[in-house]
Amino acid sequence: MTAPLILDVQHLTKTFGGLTAVNDVTFGVPQGGIISVIGPNGAGKTTFFNLITGIYSPDRGSVRLAGRELIGLRPDQVAAAGIARTFQNIRLFSSMTAEENIMVGRHSRLKASFLDAVLHTRGFHASEREARETARIMLDFVGLGKWRGELATNLPYGDQRKLEIARALATTPKLILLDEPAAGMNPRETEDLKALIRSIRDDLGVTVVLIEHDMRLVMTLSENITVLDYGTKISEGLPHQVRNDPAVMEAYLGRGAAAGDYGKEAR
Amino acid sequence: MDLATLLPFVVNVIAGGLVLGFVYAIIALGYTMVYGVLQLINFAHSEVFVTGAVVGFEVFRVLEANPMNGYLKLLIALLAAMLVSGLLNVTIERLAYRPLRNAPRLVPLITAIGVSLILQDVLRLIEGFQGRFDLTYTLPGGFSGKFCGEGSSCVALGDTLRSIGLDLQLKDVILIVVSLLSLAVLNYLVNRTRLGKAIRAVAQDRVTAGLMGIDSNRMISATFLIGGALGGISGVLFGMKFGTVNAYSGFDPGIIAFTAAVLGGIGSIPGAVLGGLALGVIQNLIGVTNIFGGLLGIANLESIDASYQRIGAFIVLVLILIFKPTGLLGKSNVEKV
Repeated sequence: MTAPLILDVQHLTKTFGGLTAVNDVTFGVPQGGIISVIGPNGAGKTTFFNLITGIYSPDRGSVRLAGRELIGLRPDQVAAAGIARTFQNIRLFSSMTAEENIMVGRHSRLKASFLDAVLHTRGFHASEREARETARIMLDFVGLGKWRGELATNLPYGDQRKLEIARALATTPKLILLDEPAAGMNPRETEDLKALIRSIRDDLGVTVVLIEHDMRLVMTLSENITVLDYGTKISEGLPHQVRNDPAVMEAYLGRGAAAGDYGKEAR
Repeated sequence: MDLATLLPFVVNVIAGGLVLGFVYAIIALGYTMVYGVLQLINFAHSEVFVTGAVVGFEVFRVLEANPMNGYLKLLIALLAAMLVSGLLNVTIERLAYRPLRNAPRLVPLITAIGVSLILQDVLRLIEGFQGRFDLTYTLPGGFSGKFCGEGSSCVALGDTLRSIGLDLQLKDVILIVVSLLSLAVLNYLVNRTRLGKAIRAVAQDRVTAGLMGIDSNRMISATFLIGGALGGISGVLFGMKFGTVNAYSGFDPGIIAFTAAVLGGIGSIPGAVLGGLALGVIQNLIGVTNIFGGLLGIANLESIDASYQRIGAFIVLVLILIFKPTGLLGKSNVEKV
């Protein structure tokens, strides 16, 4: 891996009571990569994302984004530093329109104070215009232009996932974390999603880390895969290396099953 | 008993109810906005409101002898009350509620009641040092008179109102105008500005809002500032309407406005306005039940007079909680995961 690391996680550990949810995980994401984190349910993948984004604070370890330490920052400060994310269970602002959802994501980047809004300054108008324009571009980018004025809750499921991605992208992140973006999508929607994720990296230059259970998507999209099980990193490497790692098969299928065929779909 | 005598009477009762209802509506907004972002009933809001009334009293008292325009005095009173009540509300949140942000919900609720009691006595002390308890508003001349009496500049409008039988005082009209302006500004702030969007985002999902780069603590402070400022406005309006306030005057209108917020659907801004107006009208109608009884010749109703007004609000509260706990415009609880 020659590209410099944009995200550098060292010895990250988090326990809840007696349970070690994330155990001494070291993890690097090269600039401009598409990296997957996989593992059986309960392996600590989402906790791992929550630690990176400042929702939980770890017991030990460090998380650096382009060299800057993120541990100790609040979620809004992490977002300002350049990490955006989506959620396993969609968390849109359901009673706002698609456009407003994206404008919320955009506003954190704009400079206009409370007084500007009250006094209606020129800066305020400019920032509103900019936010609206960004919303339009982002909606078109993910293919949701027609849903602009629709309440988020009324969008079809697959489109809600895309809207969440658009909202995250509106914060102009360096890195986007996608938590099971393909969950609940049909094969066709998943194909669209794959193209969208590639485009996020290729056209927007945003590095992508995804948690995903859809192995076909993971294997064809990822440049590198990290496998977590019981909070510990058990494997890491290129897709074909991970696919053939006995430790991974064991984690998914149980001891003794490792000799069998490791299917496309592992849940 | 003919319709021609009854109708103007009913119209005036309803108009009076709406005037009162606007005061309740503006107070109710303070409860509902704070509930929206924190799911906390800010019981101290009734004292934030009374603080506004006291500030209004002080401004009118200090400026009593000043020859400046009455409307200018009103504007100063409103701005001063907004500032003091708004900052007071922000301070309460910072000192009393924020440290308990992650405590069980009952804890900040009890704290809110405690803050309410503390503020009542602090207010009584402040005015008590100056030998005052009941504070009687000294309104600029004309504010308490008939709306557009003879010889004033808006006789035409006054005549129109009188010709349809509306018997309003100038201060009632001022109250309605100030309320409508406040509602318009609030609506703009919440629905058309990025501050409003950020507050709504925090209200809907604080964690996600944080991940979108929104500092939820700042937005919660902003909400308390806006809610408190509205409390200040309603305090001045209340003082103008009823003439006299004291440190304990917040309890009654506070609890009725809280009922209004629940009636409309707590957390809902249009709901708070609707609930406030509805309760104002209901209260006024109950207050004249005895007169209706007399007019209609139903003896049993004649003993129901203004002293039953407060019961009306609570009957409404009980009925709402039984039959539509989410309120008129409230949404059923969104599933949170």
